[in-house]
Amino acid sequence: MGGIDLTIAWAGIIGFAVFAYVVMDGFDLGIGILFPSFAVGDERNQAMNSVAPVWDGNETWLVMGGGGLLAAFPLAYAIILPATYPLIIAMLLGLVFRGVAFEFRWRDPRHRPLWDVAFSLGSGVAALAQGMTLGAILQGIHVEAGAYAGGWLDWLSPFSLLTGMAVVVGYALLGATWLVWKTEGPGQIHARRLALWLGTATLAMLAAVSAATPFLAYDYWRRWFAMPAVLLTAQVPLLVAITAGTFFWSLRRGDERLPFLLALALFLLGFAGLGISIYPYVVPRAVTIWDAAAPPQSQLFMLVGAVVIVPIMLAYTSWAYWVFRGKVGTHGYH
Amino acid sequence: MDAVILARAQFAFTVSFHFIFPAFSIGLASYLTVLEGLWLKTSRGLYANLYRYWLKIFAIVFGMGVVSGIVMSYQFGTNWSVFSAKAGPVIGPLMAYEVLTAFFLEAGFLGVMLFGISKVGRGLHFFATCMVALGTLISATWIIAANSWMQTPVGYAINAKGQFVPAGSWLPIIFNPSFPFRLAHTVIAAYLTTSLVVGGVGAWHLLKDKANPGARTMFSMAMWMAVLVAPIQMVAGDAHGLNTLKHQPAKVLAMEGDYHPSPDGAPLILFGLPSNAEARVRYEVAIPKLGSLILKHDPNAALPGLMDFPRDKWPPAPIVFWSFRIMVALGFAMLGLGLWGLVARARSHLYDWTWLHRAAVAMGPAGFVAVIAGWVTTEVGRQPYTIYGLLETAQSHSPLAAPAVATSLLAFVLVYFFAFGAGTMYILRLMARPPEPGEPEPLHIPQHAAGITPASAAGDAIPAAE
Repeated sequence: MGGIDLTIAWAGIIGFAVFAYVVMDGFDLGIGILFPSFAVGDERNQAMNSVAPVWDGNETWLVMGGGGLLAAFPLAYAIILPATYPLIIAMLLGLVFRGVAFEFRWRDPRHRPLWDVAFSLGSGVAALAQGMTLGAILQGIHVEAGAYAGGWLDWLSPFSLLTGMAVVVGYALLGATWLVWKTEGPGQIHARRLALWLGTATLAMLAAVSAATPFLAYDYWRRWFAMPAVLLTAQVPLLVAITAGTFFWSLRRGDERLPFLLALALFLLGFAGLGISIYPYVVPRAVTIWDAAAPPQSQLFMLVGAVVIVPIMLAYTSWAYWVFRGKVGTHGYH
Repeated sequence: MDAVILARAQFAFTVSFHFIFPAFSIGLASYLTVLEGLWLKTSRGLYANLYRYWLKIFAIVFGMGVVSGIVMSYQFGTNWSVFSAKAGPVIGPLMAYEVLTAFFLEAGFLGVMLFGISKVGRGLHFFATCMVALGTLISATWIIAANSWMQTPVGYAINAKGQFVPAGSWLPIIFNPSFPFRLAHTVIAAYLTTSLVVGGVGAWHLLKDKANPGARTMFSMAMWMAVLVAPIQMVAGDAHGLNTLKHQPAKVLAMEGDYHPSPDGAPLILFGLPSNAEARVRYEVAIPKLGSLILKHDPNAALPGLMDFPRDKWPPAPIVFWSFRIMVALGFAMLGLGLWGLVARARSHLYDWTWLHRAAVAMGPAGFVAVIAGWVTTEVGRQPYTIYGLLETAQSHSPLAAPAVATSLLAFVLVYFFAFGAGTMYILRLMARPPEPGEPEPLHIPQHAAGITPASAAGDAIPAAE
């Protein structure tokens, strides 16, 4: 009984960490993806400075997700990571490049073009790898006797390429709407134009992934379209349609904050859709959260720390966002 | 090359690279606390200048530690999935606590440190500095607990899935037999490493300008630290060695090159070329009885040899034999430097003995080499196990193909040397600038939430950062 509760609690904590990571690092990775389209000089500096104060706090959620998965669901960690090995390595190396670029591009004007390339390439690779990892998990992982039993290129498929592109486009949308909020002048106009295109592209990607998923396995089909469940699951696309409509309306109307918040809402709905497709599995159709769970004493020991520290993290993060509220200048916040 | 060797090489490479940064930031965080404390106590601007000088360097070191640390939290799963699945219930929570403290105590308060003393007031700022230093020590404690449990596993049971799980309380797992010794030895090593870097930088600037007050103070503090801490480290190292002899005798015998049992007292082999294949040390130079004197504190005490253990359970003796000697030799060199500094101080020549300063510059990076050599000794000495005596390395790795591991290893090597090489170059540039009166605070824009260096921490390289 106690064990079951703890396992659900940890599934919730890790799910939350992953979502927090996706939306928070999502917009700063998105800015990296869009970076080549910004003019060298003020526009790039402004874009970089708008995320410089928060990107590393955002990435801590990734460590929290990975560390938490190892501790609370060691079997899932031990299956998913080898199954998506090249993707995870590519993501980490991408994050190294873009992470150091934040620091290094200011140190020597002669090196700046180099670190700008590292920043956008690293961001793009990390986003693509994350999206493809999602696709690889959704399409199913070959598990035998509680261990990964597939080859090292199983993750590569048209579906995982589709989810990879979807995440790249979605992150770029978050980045563009973030800039609509945080910048002014020509930079903002540019970001608004990008957001319009990226909003359309994100919806198309979302539709494509949603349409493809039920055909991956009958289980997904049943979850979404079987009779009593459909009354509930049909709300998700309905809400997506409403959110999307409001998004384009707010963008045209010239709102500054609403487009970003609505883009977040789109991600939340996408995440809820994933939850419907996957829960209670952690490796779809192979390993449930209870199969993968660490024993209660391990989960409880960590829960004590998480209950104390996660709220502090949230408070600290909110404080940081509050301190750096308002528009960013070309040389940072004033 | 098979996938296991490649996976080991990859883990060794990424963890060694990562370890360099905390080895420096643990010591530097405490040094910053001392500097700020001295400043608040004496109100001498000199200490504030030194604080700001080293804070800029600390910020970059810390940032590179975080970036290389993210990689570590995924290396266990990508390359060592069987180990992760089996040991996750024990190792996972310890590392999760490390993450929680590292990222949220250190990173959070570093943001306040960099935000500037004029913004938050003296009391809160000093508190933040203390918390960052405490955070580095707490996160070292968790990670050493996890590592020590792999060396001396206790307090576990094995469940139906074949996993190691806590048998009851977490206390015996955390405070496992080798933990206190390894923690003391590692933290002292971090302090010693930092004092050598600080001393090296101070000496570098003294060679150019003997009158620079900042350089004089940092050199003097570093020389005190070296002469006081190097002997303590030798005592701690000796105790750690005796503990290892008790719990992992094969590791110590490999470090000593003792293949054959010595019933009447073992010699101390100074140099030679150990060969596991021939089970002997070629070209050995040895001092009779000294080995037993060191390890048993009795020249005639019997010591076993590696031959007493099955051959397939031997660690690779040539590696640990030499890594151990490199560490010990550097330890003695550090003590020598400290004593030299003491003599110079006694004769009032601390700031004008040029050869002392040259030696201090040469010894600046010695701590890093010693730390990595020590780490290699203890980790390679643990072989052929990941969890000593219980789980072999050959049974711990992920189901991976060699080309995948080889490619990713190559990618790590290229990216790390490029990215962290650039970072090291920027740090050296900061160090090459002498500490000046009126050292500027790190400019507060663009500032970071979780504390990694603001882009402007370098201060000098940014035009128009206001």
